Amino acid sequence: MEATTPILAAERVSLRFGGVRALTDVSFEVRKGEVFSIIGPNGAGKTSMVNCISGRYRPTEGRIRFDGQDITRLPTRKRAAIGIGRTFQNLALFGHMTVLDNIMVGRHHLLKHGFWTGMPFWLFGAQREEIAHRREVEEIIDFLEIQHVRKAVAGTLSYGLRKRVELARAVALRPKLILLDEPMAGMNLEEKEDMARFILDLNEEWGMTVLMIEHDMGVVMDISHRVMVLDFGRKIAEGRPEEVLADPHVRRAYLGEADEVVSEPEEAMEPVES
Amino acid sequence: MAVMTPAGDYRTSYREDMTIFPTRNSRLALWLGLALLCAAPLVLGRYELGLLVNIGIMGIAALGLNILVGFTGQISIGHAAFFGFGAFASAWLHEQFHIPVVLCIPLAGFMTALIGLVFGAPAARLKGLYLAIATLAAQFILEDFFARAQWFTGGVAGRITEPFELFGWRADREESFFYVVLAFVILMFVGAANLMRTRDGRALVAVRDHYLSAEVMGINLAYYRTLSFGIASFYAGVAGALYAHYLLFVSVEAFTILLSIQFLGMVIIGGLGSVMGSLMGAAFMVLLPEAVQMVADALAGGAIDRALRLGNSISFLREMTIGAAIILFLIFEPDGLARRWRLIKAYWKLYPYSH
Ligand SMILES: Nc1ncnc2c1ncn2[C@@H]1O[C@H](COP(=O)(O)OP(=O)(O)OP(=O)(O)O)[C@@H](O)[C@H]1O
Ligand SMILES: [Mg+2]
Repeated sequence: MEATTPILAAERVSLRFGGVRALTDVSFEVRKGEVFSIIGPNGAGKTSMVNCISGRYRPTEGRIRFDGQDITRLPTRKRAAIGIGRTFQNLALFGHMTVLDNIMVGRHHLLKHGFWTGMPFWLFGAQREEIAHRREVEEIIDFLEIQHVRKAVAGTLSYGLRKRVELARAVALRPKLILLDEPMAGMNLEEKEDMARFILDLNEEWGMTVLMIEHDMGVVMDISHRVMVLDFGRKIAEGRPEEVLADPHVRRAYLGEADEVVSEPEEAMEPVES
Repeated sequence: MAVMTPAGDYRTSYREDMTIFPTRNSRLALWLGLALLCAAPLVLGRYELGLLVNIGIMGIAALGLNILVGFTGQISIGHAAFFGFGAFASAWLHEQFHIPVVLCIPLAGFMTALIGLVFGAPAARLKGLYLAIATLAAQFILEDFFARAQWFTGGVAGRITEPFELFGWRADREESFFYVVLAFVILMFVGAANLMRTRDGRALVAVRDHYLSAEVMGINLAYYRTLSFGIASFYAGVAGALYAHYLLFVSVEAFTILLSIQFLGMVIIGGLGSVMGSLMGAAFMVLLPEAVQMVADALAGGAIDRALRLGNSISFLREMTIGAAIILFLIFEPDGLARRWRLIKAYWKLYPYSH
């Protein structure tokens, strides 16, 4: 069955910053077609793991494979074309561009017309290409329900909308694997529900494999197929949500041994512009 | 702020939605403006046409710098040197190889672009102050080259250039050269507007706004940081070439760091990251000294003149007003004339329901 083929594999990944051990010997696999979540307390190394996969950080030791290819040393910019997209924990939109342009940047690696043929827009097919891609981008805009702000400058939008636009931009890459770093942080309940629905649709209808970091345990339990728990840079558990939740290590490390905190969200992150 | 279009102005296709001039009125204004410009040589005198020619030439160069500074978020204090290189290159190409001037101008642009790529290469690694210093070095190295490379520039004596000629039509006076500049302004500005609505233009802005996520989108930072130097230099080179065939004489003194600073002033005053703003900034910069001169002339002989000795310090006054204008714009209108223009347009679009 397809669902068991790994699309991503981290093999004994360690990451150190001087004396800080952000990750120690972490191995895991993400299977094609699943929603895989990474949870863990603040500073556990979740973002660091995603950064290793997206190319922002290079593991000190260990390897990362994607789709059968060793990508440990592949430059960040080449990872879009092989099918890895991501969003950031702290918003990372192109603040002065319109929403539409932000999402069109997501098509960058799919567009053929550079400045030579782009400047004479009408002569060599740049216009045709723009229109074709605009059509696809509009599909994404419809899907994420951001039609009303498509011409707005991204930096002027509300926090929740910006998160959505950032997701749209990542989706525009047409990634096989999409990495979402706390897609619901700082959102109210309604926005979270919308976002959860979008992620599920991306996974089920758009066929994307999702790797997500999320603090809201309720959402994690609801939409993940499997969950990995990090604590102080080490993997302490992995498995189906209910299994992981029942694991005594996890309860001690992450849930502080309390019994009824399962659905209690982490304190909301302040929206930080970066 | 959402872009506002008047009610009733619907787009029915993406193609229509992507045009540079989005509303019917703006297209109307465009054609009207073009018609007026085409008729300008029939009604305007030499002096006024000369100003327009200067605005056009400076506008092209400023647009190049705006692509580098405004759109890509880099810095250059050596733009005048590239402008000068284009001027010499075009004159040299024509004299050495007898290439028609109409071809020399774009060729000079490409040569300057190559030089720009060489001097822009450090931009792949340097940022901010360090990059500023690197471009300052480019300014001085090129200036020194101009003074020494006799074969290329005519050395300190300068170089005579031939006027623009096309199928026997000689553009050796303001009335005719005006059309040459107009044609180049249209080409270069439309080219830039198109660039900004296609892949590479968006990539430049993405690099400026958030280089980390630009990289995740598959954008090669070093490539685009260097490319923007290449494009900026191309614009500077074309403008410089036009300048050479307008004045019919090129010499080193014209391309000092002072001009580089003036280009930066045009970009700041016109509006960083605005295509049309570059032209407005150039107009401002060309017209400001004329206005100062006019005021000084009007006051000549009066009490104020005697007290301040305007006649002697007119050049000093020019520099001062330019400096003051840049500072005032930075404080009160950091988004430049382009934003003011948008506000005025927005006002008229909604007229009479502006408030
Ligand atoms: N660029 C860096 N330089 C130095 N230390 C870093 C760097 N990036 C991460 N770290 C350290 O690595 C550890 C893991 O950080 P990381 O951001 O991966 O945690 P996280 O699990 O994403 O936490 P949070 O839930 O707060 O987002 C922390 O101790 C952090 O200080
Ligand atoms: Mg994190």
